[in-house]
Amino acid sequence: MNKPVPERDVQAAQRLAFVDCDIHPVQRTPKDLHPYLSAQWREHADTFGPHVCQGLIGQLAHPRMMANGMRADAYPSNGGPPGCDLEMMQRQHLDAYGCETGMMVCLSRGGMEERNLEFAAALSHAVNDWQLHDWVMNDKRLKAGIVVPQEYPDYAAREIDARAENEAFRQVIISPRSSEPLGRRKYWPIYEAIARSNLVLGLHPAGLSGGHASSGTGWGTYYMQEHYTFGTSMVGNVVSLIFEGVFERFPGLKVAMIESGFSWAPSLGWRMDGQWQRMRKETPHLKRPPSEYLREHFWFCTQPMEEPEEPAHLYDVLDWIGWDKMMFSSDYPHWDYDDPRRALSFKMTDAQRSAILRENAKALYRLP
Amino acid sequence: MKVPFAGAIDCDVHPAVPDVAALKPYLDDFWCEHLSERYIDHAAFTLASYAPNLPHSARPDWRPECGVPGGSLDALRAQALDPFGTRFAIANVLHGAVALHNADMAAALCKAVNSYIAHEWLDREPRLRASILVPPQDIELAIAEIERCAADPRFVQLLLLVMGDRPLGHRSYWPVYRAAEKHRLPIGIHAGSTFRHAPTGSGWPSHHVEDGVLQATAFEDTLVSFLAEGVFQKFPGTKLVLMESGFTWLPTLLWRTNRSWRGVRTEVPWIDRPPADIVRDHIRFTLQPLDVPNANLLNRVVDHVRSDALILFSTDYPHWRFDGADALPDGLSDAMMRKILIDNPLATYPRLGAAVEADERTSLRKEMAR
Repeated sequence: MNKPVPERDVQAAQRLAFVDCDIHPVQRTPKDLHPYLSAQWREHADTFGPHVCQGLIGQLAHPRMMANGMRADAYPSNGGPPGCDLEMMQRQHLDAYGCETGMMVCLSRGGMEERNLEFAAALSHAVNDWQLHDWVMNDKRLKAGIVVPQEYPDYAAREIDARAENEAFRQVIISPRSSEPLGRRKYWPIYEAIARSNLVLGLHPAGLSGGHASSGTGWGTYYMQEHYTFGTSMVGNVVSLIFEGVFERFPGLKVAMIESGFSWAPSLGWRMDGQWQRMRKETPHLKRPPSEYLREHFWFCTQPMEEPEEPAHLYDVLDWIGWDKMMFSSDYPHWDYDDPRRALSFKMTDAQRSAILRENAKALYRLP
Repeated sequence: MKVPFAGAIDCDVHPAVPDVAALKPYLDDFWCEHLSERYIDHAAFTLASYAPNLPHSARPDWRPECGVPGGSLDALRAQALDPFGTRFAIANVLHGAVALHNADMAAALCKAVNSYIAHEWLDREPRLRASILVPPQDIELAIAEIERCAADPRFVQLLLLVMGDRPLGHRSYWPVYRAAEKHRLPIGIHAGSTFRHAPTGSGWPSHHVEDGVLQATAFEDTLVSFLAEGVFQKFPGTKLVLMESGFTWLPTLLWRTNRSWRGVRTEVPWIDRPPADIVRDHIRFTLQPLDVPNANLLNRVVDHVRSDALILFSTDYPHWRFDGADALPDGLSDAMMRKILIDNPLATYPRLGAAVEADERTSLRKEMAR
């Protein structure tokens, strides 16, 4: 793990120096978690395995495009899926482009979509140990997100409390494909624990559903549709968090929207305000127009970078969202990876570029 | 601001059907007896998305002292047609028949609603046109109703709710779109849900206001469904009109689908050009609710979608979207207002265009006779 970094790449590092807000480590095999599971749960995992809300096991009902949704060049030569090999991640991404800090978002086997809640708790605990021991301790640039099963809020709060002291963990990851919209009271113990620890709530689209179709119109036929719902289903959660009054109850709560798109945010703010003007008596717990909570409490990651037909139009969007709210992310090693050298290719000032590439994330996650 | 000149085409007004009793003349004996036997012969069949008491369902000064908002033709004339100088208004009846599980009952009620509108409203008000309320539960029954109504040129489009059993681009609906194309009827998709599915991918929100906000996301997912399924390649004559959808979300949709299409082309090989170009050719949006705090932002959004042909004027009467006579935002150019009020609707609805031409021929004849 401590191999010298090639000189060419050190120069690259000095040039760019960025914080990457979306990196996906994955287990080479389910057995990677065994050291962190009790004998009972190891046996459960081997015998019964996951119990989730879809008709296929071990693969998705909307199969991903392009090498199972991965960069084809990120498959390790010694086997396993992309993202399972730290050395390859260092060579291909962290060292190559000069990543200062990488925020890990662990999407698999953490129990977020597991229906057996005690198993979910054991899995999330194991994945958090695994992130710490197999990744962060081997590369200090990496920071972990505490994975918790949102459908088991009491346990989730305990897990957050237990991890919060360790500075390796900078945020809490739950599935936005929850069984209820995330603003509902059920989930407030999680937000209470996050607020207590001054952590960040990180939301990243999930592959597996929590028991609902991915859109209010039902299930799409094609992955093209499913991919689009990564944005629209996230909007449902933003609306829920705001209108349920979560930010009145937890005024310090900060939410990072990861791989969720961002250009929808200004328009959502306008629409929420318009509807709220007519209906405000229904939600008397809101003290301000909904767009103000959106502007204050949400941060947005850049990948997948929006690509207007006229690049200058992106400037409007970032003006409306706020340049202080955008954070670079690559989504390494997934297929629609954004290259840190090219993703921010539209015109902006040096200060704006440095805010997106580095400063906003450092401030949000209180990085050194 | 006020509508600056006469001749506007209001593409979304909502006459309400009082209750099943008003439909009885248009139901056959079997259904009259059956509905009465089940004690639903005075049921309102009101969609939950538009419960009449909800603030957005009726502007305070458009709320009648008795009866349901939108239930009176005289009120529609006095409050919507006259004050905005409307030449044509398209009536969209948001009726709960489409939320039933029994397709036969739904089709009987939809047929009765369409007949009721034709006889009790269109016959009495020459400025009114209507959408065909389609029972989506059964495709054959849906097509039969389209064929029946299409013979009357005052029916100018189909009416479907944005949230039903499944995304509306799905192949199972294609026979409906084939019929629409044959009769040159745009497919009108209106806000509202039958709540077959939770409004979000993570379940059921607590508040009505959330449901209202989230209608926009259902339109986005529906539009992507039409693109991904290849409806516009299969039926090139298709025009889709999204009503009460908002449209400030459209730039995001164009940018995201243009980008994702490059990655998913082999999955949907029938998409033969950038999705944004397909949207601009085939899809239109009614104006209200406007979703922008000022016209400056609206102008930016129009700039982002790179077309001034997409927006169709609507008041959304009697829903509460604006106050007084200010059906248009301040700050639109005269040319843009003309497009929104007249040119875009005429270009979208062939049957309105034909009516305008007929009117012009008549006035020309009168002129020559003098």
